[in-house]
Amino acid sequence: MDTKRRKFLKIAGAAALAGIGAPAIVKLTSSAAIASEAVQHETAAHGEVAAATGVRLGMVIDMRKFAEQPELLDQAIAACNKVHNIPHFPDRKNEIKWIWKAPYANVFPELESIHKSEMAKKAPFAVLCNHCDNPSCVKACPTKATFVQPENGIVAMDFHRCIGCRFCMAACPYGARSFNWQDPRPFIDTYNAEFPTRMRGVVEKCNFCGERLALGLEPACVEVAKSAGAMVFGDLNDPDSEIRKVLDKEFTIQRNPAAGTKPSVYYIV
Amino acid sequence: MIEKVLKGKSTYWMWLAVLGTFIAIGAACYVRQYMFGLGLTGMSRDVSWGLYISQFTFLVGVAAGGLMLVLPYYVHDYKAFGKITILGEFLAISALIMCLMFIMADLGQPLRGLNVIFFATPHSMLFWDMCVLWGYLLLNCLCGWVILTAERKQVHPPKWIYIFVYISIPFAVSIHTVTAMLYCGLPGRHFWLSAIIAPRFLASAFAAGPSLIVLACLVMRKFANFDAGKEAIQKLTTIIMYAAIINTFFFLLEFFVGYYSEMPGHMHSLEYLFFGLEHDGHVYNNLVPFMWGATLFSFTGLGILAYMKISKVFDYRLVGVAATLIFFSLWADKGLGFVFGGFVPNPLNEVTEYIPTANELGITIGIWATGFFILTLLYKIAVGVEHEIES
Repeated sequence: MDTKRRKFLKIAGAAALAGIGAPAIVKLTSSAAIASEAVQHETAAHGEVAAATGVRLGMVIDMRKFAEQPELLDQAIAACNKVHNIPHFPDRKNEIKWIWKAPYANVFPELESIHKSEMAKKAPFAVLCNHCDNPSCVKACPTKATFVQPENGIVAMDFHRCIGCRFCMAACPYGARSFNWQDPRPFIDTYNAEFPTRMRGVVEKCNFCGERLALGLEPACVEVAKSAGAMVFGDLNDPDSEIRKVLDKEFTIQRNPAAGTKPSVYYIV
Repeated sequence: MIEKVLKGKSTYWMWLAVLGTFIAIGAACYVRQYMFGLGLTGMSRDVSWGLYISQFTFLVGVAAGGLMLVLPYYVHDYKAFGKITILGEFLAISALIMCLMFIMADLGQPLRGLNVIFFATPHSMLFWDMCVLWGYLLLNCLCGWVILTAERKQVHPPKWIYIFVYISIPFAVSIHTVTAMLYCGLPGRHFWLSAIIAPRFLASAFAAGPSLIVLACLVMRKFANFDAGKEAIQKLTTIIMYAAIINTFFFLLEFFVGYYSEMPGHMHSLEYLFFGLEHDGHVYNNLVPFMWGATLFSFTGLGILAYMKISKVFDYRLVGVAATLIFFSLWADKGLGFVFGGFVPNPLNEVTEYIPTANELGITIGIWATGFFILTLLYKIAVGVEHEIES
């Protein structure tokens, strides 16, 4: 990772944790904001998705790379589970999932077709929270326990404020949220003291590793998968970022764009 | 007035004892759930709302159904409802208390419930639902009590109370509209994402609430020497009939939209509820008997009511059977199928079925028993005042 990128992550993450540092972000992204404005003026098509301004963290998942190395996705998932003290329940009912595997037909049910590529038929796809620009979970939450961090666009959770009404789970069009139906702590395989465990009765989901970004680290799954080029993470609003270069070059798809939530996770299939 | 609950016949005390037993069982089950967590229920990651929220949804309708008595009596001056309007208001009180108890039973962190007020969030429909439910509860307590007190003293109710009576009318509509909005504004759930949910909720509410009042009137006619009057019961059955027919009509429209457009998302939940959803070689159909049972009950109940209207016969037993059938059909439609069906399939097109656990059923029955306990006490007061005036 080059120094510029590390610095960016650190600032974005620190701002996320402290809820301050807006001037730094403005400086970092002023050119990006202008760029996305320009894009908006150019496009006149009805229903065109307008980009949010400021730092907008996003992810590209290159399924071609994951299909080439089937163990890579498992490693990425294991890294996330370990870092976030995600409990392992043997039954489907209690499952807690931040990033997990599912077939193409389940990840993109509205893009399902009869004749699809071998890879789409066979390879398991990575599924995680989309960190939407317009998240329906945030709209539904009656206590603002889930919210968009203005500094970087991460859809975050306050586990101490959540009342466990599970309105967000009904609202999420991507099935990205899990609920602690019982005390998760006895089901954690290896305990990571750097990240809090959760109590029963609260909802949780992927946080784009906000806590790691604050330390200048990349998300745990990205760290595993980036060397193979299977995951690219960065600021969607920065035209010079690596992720934007990939998005400019490759055709990508998103999960259920018709829901109007503007996901920040893109897939190359 | 409150002393009237302390005097009653042995049937009254036995009925309260039966309800008390169920309340005790429910309380014990809740203590278990409180200690362990919602893992004691049948809910899962995929079906994240179960019986508690579905009963809550149905009971908001029962509460709103009282409007069908308040509106004719206070706005149209329909005198035949004079004796029973108070029953509608008291039903709303007990139904709303059940609603709030079901919400509390459903929270993963019940002690943080006040966060909804501390961190009030107007863009969440749950915030507005809390506002209108509490508002309607307080309005009914106020109106019911003031009007019954005036009745007891045989004087006209004070003029100012009518302001609150008239405010309670749009409030009744709002509680069920906002409850519908909990569901119909969610982008990922096709079964709920329909503009007809709110009208359908209201139609079903205006049949379910009056059905329960009719049944209560029949019970009190037999056991409490309270006669609501034939005209009032007949008018109520007409209201029930029209409301239930409109509800059925709205539901059939959902079927048309799903099956004529053949858009998979619009068909799946209906298919799951009525025919069983085939998925990966397995047919998921645990709600099919309930939905067809509801259909049968609904049409039979409507048939009985229509028969009585056409052939101009009136029989309390037939009214009782029809009201029971319609009440249970609406309960299965909204109190089971609507909520559970919306979660099948999940956003990843996977199917998980929901089967409530014994502990969950215990809590659910306990809350219903609490509601009926409160309802019995309130009706005892209303009927006691009625008898006092007559003597």
